[in-house]
Amino acid sequence: MRRIVVVGASLGGLRAAEQLRAAGHAGELVVVGDEPHPPYNRPPLSKEVLAAEVALDRVAFRTRASVADADWRLGTAVTGADLAARVVRLADGTEVSYDGLVIATGLRPRRLDAPGQDPGAGPSRHVVRTLDDAAALRARLKPEVRLAVVGAGFIGCEVAATARTLGADVTVVAPESEPMLRPLGADFGAELRRRHQRRGVRFLLGRTVARFTGTGLELSDGTSVDADVVVEAVGSVPCVEWLEGNGLDLSDGVLCDGALRVEGRPDVVAVGDVARFPNPRYDDVPRRVEHWSIPTDTAKHAARSLLGENGRPFMPLPSFWSDQYDLRLQSFGAPALGGGDIRLLEGDLSEEAVLGYHRDGRLVGVVMLGCGGSLPRYRKLLLDDTRVPTS
Amino acid sequence: MKVIVDMDRCQDHGQCVFSAPEVFRLDGAGRLEFESAPDDALREAVEEAADVCPLQAITVED
Ligand SMILES: Cc1cc2nc3c(=O)[nH]c(=O)nc-3n(C[C@H](O)[C@H](O)[C@H](O)COP(=O)(O)OP(=O)(O)OC[C@H]3O[C@@H](n4cnc5c(N)ncnc54)[C@H](O)[C@@H]3O)c2cc1C
Ligand code: SF4
Repeated sequence: MRRIVVVGASLGGLRAAEQLRAAGHAGELVVVGDEPHPPYNRPPLSKEVLAAEVALDRVAFRTRASVADADWRLGTAVTGADLAARVVRLADGTEVSYDGLVIATGLRPRRLDAPGQDPGAGPSRHVVRTLDDAAALRARLKPEVRLAVVGAGFIGCEVAATARTLGADVTVVAPESEPMLRPLGADFGAELRRRHQRRGVRFLLGRTVARFTGTGLELSDGTSVDADVVVEAVGSVPCVEWLEGNGLDLSDGVLCDGALRVEGRPDVVAVGDVARFPNPRYDDVPRRVEHWSIPTDTAKHAARSLLGENGRPFMPLPSFWSDQYDLRLQSFGAPALGGGDIRLLEGDLSEEAVLGYHRDGRLVGVVMLGCGGSLPRYRKLLLDDTRVPTS
Repeated sequence: MKVIVDMDRCQDHGQCVFSAPEVFRLDGAGRLEFESAPDDALREAVEEAADVCPLQAITVED
């Protein structure tokens, strides 16, 4: 291929560019990203980077020498694409044609759809996805500041933990009955909540935000929450608008086949958080997976698909971690698929523990609270599962 | 090939161990140990280990 264009210059885009080189693409590589920064690591944004100012080079990704000669168009959004004509349009008005296209545009935070916020009045509203978001929030996280975190998923929980450690007064508001309920289940969620509560975080669960007020939030049950700062951690939306008009299924990210090719387009692949692909390790349902391990895994496979190789079936073992206070939570496999049958495999939830998530009696995911030493054993158990198709 | 791990950054995630067990291992206490001058034949595995390190603590030099 003469020219391959990668849209999105974060983990997925960077790894795709590197893997294209590793797989033998010697032609032109153009990487277009709307953020002004070179690719950097997002997990620290709700942890170290929120706690203290950190230089960009502490979070920038290590990049392979092979992509130094790529044409990096940073600070430039792609506004549209014509997949039949093989061309993408950039915000600066230029068009770039391609022989191969990699979609790596990831997600952006969903915003709260609640009325009542006059510009400049009421609490200052934040999300955490980019370095600039984290810097803006950090500037507000002084001791004693009243912070309301809306959403009790992993980003909400991590922001709550970091802010509490900095001395903020933290309230978590969420519709679920426990934090991280969907991926981890009720017992694990309850334990996590108790650990936050012991450190002084308040939880207002089972309710949503009805509106913003001059002094904070009013919730669906009428409770008012005083807040100087509100963090909206209520999930994400795939960045796919630029692909509209091409007849693709964009209902939840970009629908791909098992080789990460965009259906009907052998010259287009998708990687990372935005890609919706089946994982035969579990079933044939295409899903998006918002885990740090996935951009690297998908990039490796998608690069080869784009260059025309028909490799082995793609069946990554997703892995995820979260740091809250001194807790390390690690997840392997797909615990969310096994939420109906959760078993304690080791330890005690009130200290350190390993939980197994089962579907139809089969172990499909493992979540560890501490117990780091047991990690290789459980990972191997999941990888060696003989029910996984191998050809 | 030279492998450098920034031990201030490393949080003993152990992901590198899965990619290049010949070069990286966790000791009995779960702390990272590694070979700083591995054989060139292991380059792709080492590059992969550096890719998957969540803290991006590993650098590879020629
Ligand atoms: C605060 C935070 C903490 C996290 N912590 C963890 C953790 O502890 N553990 C874990 O496993 N995972 C964690 N994750 C998830 C992990 O960071 C993601 O899975 C990963 O960043 C996905 O990479 P990606 O390249 O697919 O997408 P993204 O990182 O979202 O990158 C997409 C890039 O494309 C750009 N873009 C979008 N639209 C356009 C356009 N039209 N034109 C040009 N560029 C565009 C975006 O600006 C962005 O730079 C965390 C994520 C966040 C936000
Ligand atoms: S993957 Fe990174 S953080 Fe984990 S043990 Fe290896 S070097 Fe350390």
